[in-house]
Amino acid sequence: MSFPWAEQYTPKHPVMQWVDEKLPLPRLVYNAVGAGYPVPRNLNYFWNFGVLAGLALVIQIVTGVIMAMHYGANTLVAFGTVEQTMRDVNAGWLMRYAHANGASFFFIVVYLHIFRGLYFGSYKAPREMVWLLGLVIFLLMMATAFMGYVLPWGQMSYWGAKVITGLFGAIPVVGEPIQTWLLGGFAPGNASLNRFFSLHFLLPFVIAAVVILHIWALHIPGSSNPTGVEVKGPQDTVPFHPYYTAKDGFGAGIFLILFAVLLFYAPNYLGHPDNYIEANPLSTPAHIVPEWYFWPFYAILRAFTVDFFFVPAKLLGVLAMFASILLLFFLPWLDTSAVRSGSYRPTFRKFFWILIIDVLILGYCGGAPAAEPYVMISQIAAAYYFAHFLIILPLISRFEKPLPLPNSITEAVLAKYGKTDGETVAVAAE
Amino acid sequence: MAIVEHLESEGAAVSSGGGSDGVRRRDFINIAAVSFAGVGAVAVVVPLVDQMNPSADVLALASTEVDLSAIQPGQAIKTTFRSQPLFVRHLTDKEIAEADKVDPSTLRDPQTLEQRTVDGKKQWLITMGVCTHLGCVPLGAGEGENRGEFGGYFCPCHGSSYDTAARIRKGPAPKNLEVPKYSFTSDTAILVG
Repeated sequence: MSFPWAEQYTPKHPVMQWVDEKLPLPRLVYNAVGAGYPVPRNLNYFWNFGVLAGLALVIQIVTGVIMAMHYGANTLVAFGTVEQTMRDVNAGWLMRYAHANGASFFFIVVYLHIFRGLYFGSYKAPREMVWLLGLVIFLLMMATAFMGYVLPWGQMSYWGAKVITGLFGAIPVVGEPIQTWLLGGFAPGNASLNRFFSLHFLLPFVIAAVVILHIWALHIPGSSNPTGVEVKGPQDTVPFHPYYTAKDGFGAGIFLILFAVLLFYAPNYLGHPDNYIEANPLSTPAHIVPEWYFWPFYAILRAFTVDFFFVPAKLLGVLAMFASILLLFFLPWLDTSAVRSGSYRPTFRKFFWILIIDVLILGYCGGAPAAEPYVMISQIAAAYYFAHFLIILPLISRFEKPLPLPNSITEAVLAKYGKTDGETVAVAAE
Repeated sequence: MAIVEHLESEGAAVSSGGGSDGVRRRDFINIAAVSFAGVGAVAVVVPLVDQMNPSADVLALASTEVDLSAIQPGQAIKTTFRSQPLFVRHLTDKEIAEADKVDPSTLRDPQTLEQRTVDGKKQWLITMGVCTHLGCVPLGAGEGENRGEFGGYFCPCHGSSYDTAARIRKGPAPKNLEVPKYSFTSDTAILVG
């Protein structure tokens, strides 16, 4: 679970000794996020986002459980109870805005966390399982966020539910029965709302469980680092506590400040006014868009406008959208370069930034109306997205000449401050 | 009991001695027990999955009756059938001509206006108001709504355009707007469902 030089847990207080003997939970915590977990000494601020995602999950669970106390999962009252929470419940407005914007912040930090993993090659051996579990968390988050957005039973809730469950209707033969089965009716209704509420309550705890597996899988090889060079000895690491608890604490402070700014000054900035109109099955909003965090995938869905051979455009769009995420599960085996960090891969780095721009373009088009030029731009951008992973990345891995890697993390750190290895001893002695 | 014990010891003796068929009594019991438990597990999954299908009250929705007498040529109304929107349109002669002008073989979902209406009631176009792409309600039934470039219905979600016979002409939708099962109960009334 850790490096041989990890400090062992020795409870001093008799009560803790007693507990540790019966149930070594304090030991587990100490080894997982305490002084017993040695971490590379050179992590930059991009390594904060894992802990921040955990913090966002906690915020969502706390505010979500509170929201559930004031919510009625019935189409007759759902919209009203949410408005009642906003207006009548003490601090209800705060809980709801924190929950709605908390979801956005959860996705912001998770996207930055994925971005970090992509740039620094965190998905590569021996951390493939960490990456795969992370993607499972991401899929669960998307399902949870989608179902949560249906609960206020506004216009966007209703039509979002209709469009997203309609995706399953695109599957040949079994599509329509599946859609009916998911909704419990021919259109979103009371049955749909109830099951979405039930699952929206359940899934965050499933996410929490997968997060534990994610961290467990991470702690077997230990954290990666910006050089991508593996830890070679005790001089390359510092204990998680107090070094990274302090660094993550600082990051959490920044995160909470930004969260508070949005929460208190622009709580509806990321929302859609249409969702303050109660669901009406007879009137579609002029412009149905999902929440911003789904935009890149929504753009890929809409990029297919013509049939291809015998496959209808609708099915192609659905397949492409799911494939764009499932593709990431194969990433550890598509990128075969032995060098992890993008900092030492000049060609990879250029294409990495092009990919980021490509995803941002997709995101922009996903939020725009389904008209030209956005459709054509999404088609090009979607094609590039797949080309990046399936063609460009494997080719780069084969032909790129990486920059020379430092011999160790310590060497890289010292080189940064213009010191040589001879001074290491002096630094350590201090 | 004595018989069972006798058989068991005999089975063990056979297996240890490398019985002729190589199957031990214990293996048989093991496979039988696990298979039975498997059948039980599958039997339990059926109601667990099936409970999510539409319940009886959802399925028991009655058919819808629509009075056509007030709908003037060129007008359309929006009503509901099985909690989904239903479009009832009174086509003008010009719209009928436009629909007939099109060669069905050039269409994505080839159908003529005749096939989509009742014999002798070609001016009454009754369709579901559910876009066949992802289920939005197309615009065009209400006064002054965007009817798209083919003069029928236009889905604002992903830009599917339907013509005056509600056939898909442009955009991502794969099929024409669905024509539900209905019949004329009189010259000015229909029963849908």
